[in-house]
Amino acid sequence: MSDAPILSLQWTDWLELFLHYLQLSMLAIGGAMTTAPEMHRYLVDQHHWLSEAQFTSSIAIAQAAPGPNILFVALMGWNIGSNAGGIGAALFGALVTMTAILLPSSTLAYLAAHWAHRNRELRLVRAFKQAMAPLVIALLAATGWLLASAHRDPAADWPLWLLTAVSAAIVWRSKLHLLYLLAAGAALGWFGVL
Amino acid sequence: MTIADRPQPRSLTDLFLSFNQLALQGFGGVLAIAQRELVERKRWLSNEEFVEEWSVAQIMPGPNIVNLALMIGARHFGLRGAMAAVAGMLALPLVLVLALALLYAQFAHHPQMAGALRGMGAVAAGLILAAALKLAGALKTNPLGMPACVTLGVACFSGVALLRWPLIYLLLGLGVPTCLVAYRRLAP
Repeated sequence: MSDAPILSLQWTDWLELFLHYLQLSMLAIGGAMTTAPEMHRYLVDQHHWLSEAQFTSSIAIAQAAPGPNILFVALMGWNIGSNAGGIGAALFGALVTMTAILLPSSTLAYLAAHWAHRNRELRLVRAFKQAMAPLVIALLAATGWLLASAHRDPAADWPLWLLTAVSAAIVWRSKLHLLYLLAAGAALGWFGVL
Repeated sequence: MTIADRPQPRSLTDLFLSFNQLALQGFGGVLAIAQRELVERKRWLSNEEFVEEWSVAQIMPGPNIVNLALMIGARHFGLRGAMAAVAGMLALPLVLVLALALLYAQFAHHPQMAGALRGMGAVAAGLILAAALKLAGALKTNPLGMPACVTLGVACFSGVALLRWPLIYLLLGLGVPTCLVAYRRLAP
């Protein structure tokens, strides 16, 4: 990318990046994507380690690729590294951000899951799980809704909404493999139907 | 909540490969495929158990789906299981996503590629909505009762999706009172 900054990063910069992502990990309640605005402020506005285009494409690529969307964090580290040097630095960058974003939250999740499982008959634990069920299902629906409505104008983009609704209905009511639906969506988009 | 008569992951390799396979099918997010694979195909969890695990995974900081993999791995094989499941979820997709980043510059402005990504994005949104619809079936056995669950769900959805309120306030505002009510309903 032509507008990518050229950086010379010291080990203190890498350490700062690592520490910042350690903090973000603990703040990422409701998924890592909720901290994306803060990452933007830190990486693009404050330090100029990433260009605007690199930031946006990191998220877009991770969402389009198979696998958890959290990989956008690895791509940001990768891009910072490649702005500072070659493939080696890029790999190091991906390692720094990815380790930092996962380490605190995973440790906490591991301990919490262990505790919750050992105390699963406890009234408080059962109450918590039963009470959260309607909320987390609604959050899931909200995620689907937000993905469906991102940057779209209902008047012009109704075919996309229709595709979302039809795929939801098919998956809800049938056992059709999800990859067929994704392939159909890709084909419709490729040929300009959407 | 009997898990004795249900299939379970057989080994660390089984965990690694299962989560790897699941992650590689997850275009635009892994949750929809996780419900399909773990509940409907492998039957490691029922819909009810999936919702319970998901509530903990969701409420913890960090990427939800990684938390879920970690918790399921840990349940069966402890710390090593957690690591195997998370590694399976992340290793190969990470390589793929880095390779895609190298290719991306060439295809970013390709109109047909952009169209295909839009199409896949719309389907991915539908898959997540369908997962929510299926998991809503698990609410039938909820001690809060269906009307209360629907009301809470609608309130939570409106707050997040329509009003765009910060999640933390919604979880505290709706979650804490609901926990208290559920606690009373579960009275021994």
